[in-house]
Amino acid sequence: MSETTAKVRKSLARRYRQEKRFQAYGILSIGVGLLALLILFTDIIGKGHSAFFEHYIQLEISLDPDVLGVDDASDDEQLNYANFGGVIKEALRERFPGVDDRQQQRQLYALVSSGASYNLRDELKADPSLLGGTRELWLLADDDVDLYLKTPERKRPDARLDDQQKQWIEDLEAAGETDKRFNASFFSHGDSREPELAGIGSAIVGSFFTMIVTLCLSFPIGVAAAIYLEEFAPRNKFTDFIEVNINNLAAVPSIIFGLLGLAIFINLFGLPRSVPLLGGLVLTLMTLPTIIITSRAAIKTVPPSVREGALALGASKMQVVLHHVLPLALPGMLTGSIIGMAQALGETAPLLLIGMVAFIVDIPGGPTDPATVLPVQIYLWADSPEQSFVAMTSAAIMVLLAFLITMNTLAVVLRKRLERRW
Amino acid sequence: MDTARELDNRNRADDDAAKPLIDVEERSMQDTPYPEKTVGKPFVDAPKMKLRHVNVFYADNQAIHDVSLDIGKNEVISLIGPSGCGKSTFLRSLNRMNDTIDICRVKGELHLDDQDLYDPKLDVVELRARVGMVFQKPNPFPKSIYDNVAYGPRLHGLADKKYDLDEIVENSLRKAGLWTEVKDRLHSPGTGLSGGQQQRLCIARTIAVSPEVVLMDEPCSALDPIATAKIEELIDELSESYTIAIVTHSMQQAARVSHRTAYFHLGRLIEVNDTETVFTKPEHELTEAYITGRFG
Repeated sequence: MSETTAKVRKSLARRYRQEKRFQAYGILSIGVGLLALLILFTDIIGKGHSAFFEHYIQLEISLDPDVLGVDDASDDEQLNYANFGGVIKEALRERFPGVDDRQQQRQLYALVSSGASYNLRDELKADPSLLGGTRELWLLADDDVDLYLKTPERKRPDARLDDQQKQWIEDLEAAGETDKRFNASFFSHGDSREPELAGIGSAIVGSFFTMIVTLCLSFPIGVAAAIYLEEFAPRNKFTDFIEVNINNLAAVPSIIFGLLGLAIFINLFGLPRSVPLLGGLVLTLMTLPTIIITSRAAIKTVPPSVREGALALGASKMQVVLHHVLPLALPGMLTGSIIGMAQALGETAPLLLIGMVAFIVDIPGGPTDPATVLPVQIYLWADSPEQSFVAMTSAAIMVLLAFLITMNTLAVVLRKRLERRW
Repeated sequence: MDTARELDNRNRADDDAAKPLIDVEERSMQDTPYPEKTVGKPFVDAPKMKLRHVNVFYADNQAIHDVSLDIGKNEVISLIGPSGCGKSTFLRSLNRMNDTIDICRVKGELHLDDQDLYDPKLDVVELRARVGMVFQKPNPFPKSIYDNVAYGPRLHGLADKKYDLDEIVENSLRKAGLWTEVKDRLHSPGTGLSGGQQQRLCIARTIAVSPEVVLMDEPCSALDPIATAKIEELIDELSESYTIAIVTHSMQQAARVSHRTAYFHLGRLIEVNDTETVFTKPEHELTEAYITGRFG
């Protein structure tokens, strides 16, 4: 064995050790990442899953025309002013007789959500013949009751209810007069001060309109800018300057874009505040650099041989771009745009500055109606004092994460699907 | 440690031994003066392309020095020379593909028939329809075989009806000797063909617009010998209808396919002669040195 071989052997062992160590570091860091993800998901799902259900209380309600103050159930005007609260209170008093103290009565009435009277109104509106009769109806429970029913048995003594209320709830539960149902209103309602009535419906619609505006503006502008810079612009000081600035913009903290939107779109152009149109404009500014940079990278990967082939056949520059460069670069551009959009969907800071942090109860009907967006709704709820909002915050985060994961998966699938044709 | 030093010394010794050899070769190249004028017969009667005093610059670097050459009608002329001698640059200036390089400037008189190639009024699109080009690496578009060939005719509106287009595609593929191989899968992607087939597809694509001149930039350098043989045959057949200028690194190929051969050396055109003359009785020392393999 020559000396060289001996040396090589000695160094080989060291090299393999190094390689093993390097691999171990890699596995370790992936493990840390996965662990963090696992903790995040367990925490959020553990806290949030209960918000997808809510409790109802069964009461025997007599729709007495005198108490309601309604003589014609088909008259909407009368229904709007009817005293459904009174009927519910009466039903509660009948269910738990012997509660005469005013203080105690108020505690009793608090078992049912203030939104229950709207449920009742809708029932009556749907079937006017109910007027005057007596019916067993399921009414939405108050958030504290809901929370109490969701708490496991052993933790119940700590609940923030007084003993009398606990007793009533336990009675109802024992009699099978409580029911856990899917919380559909969580997806359809707007924000509310009452947790059992609040939902992410308006935030989802607001996010949707904001994303539409952002997509419609940032994708065409970003792609056009990328194509111009990559294919047509001369290489000189000015384009270098533009390039440096685009790269810088991508790194600007997003809250700065919010300030910019406030100064320019609201103060200078007088756009209405807290509307998705404005949010979309601000997020467009924020997403543009990402889309331009990824699109340019995608254009750069189109082999020059394809360009040359087309040019040599007598295609004009524009034709080369439209017929060859764009179709080949499109998967990359789409991927970049979707990732940019996902970023924009999760963005909160700039929207706070342009007033999208407002308390919006109504579901926006278009991009010019006041609205809020999902991450801002999460921010608002995380700040709310009611205990039920803790679960709802996590539930909203789950919905937001679901959207983000869907978008990112879409980006991966699109890339896989379209790039094969190369 | 000792062994390492020993190894080092040995390497240095090897280097020293190798040096004189290189020096001899370099000296032989440097000492040979460039001819005042291109040696041989650079001009022909009634040329298809008439190129006089062509100079090409990349920014401040001159890549082509005062090249004058005629390319005859229906002739195959091969441009040979060592790497970096500017033959590809020269070829690309014949259909203004150099326009795509910002820093590239072309000076001189370049004429196709009576048309000045660098006339500012000339539409480069029209020029490239008359002077087609085939590249070193097969570069079919990531489209179907049919669409690859039909791309040029569609671009220039050469066919009004689907029937006409079909005919152009079939004829071009036939001329490129590819028809029988692909007629059953015209709509499968062109990138799925083998390297040789791809290159013939590129040739079919080029001749589909019926150019007058076809420029080929080392069309066989990425192909195996069998595919190369097919392309060479094809070039022979194509020379009946087209004027062909081909850049090649293979002297055998130049000898096989071309009527005339031009030898480039460091941006200068040293010698142009009938292919047979160049390879049997080269007039200039540099040409001889190159074809006998003294450098390359």
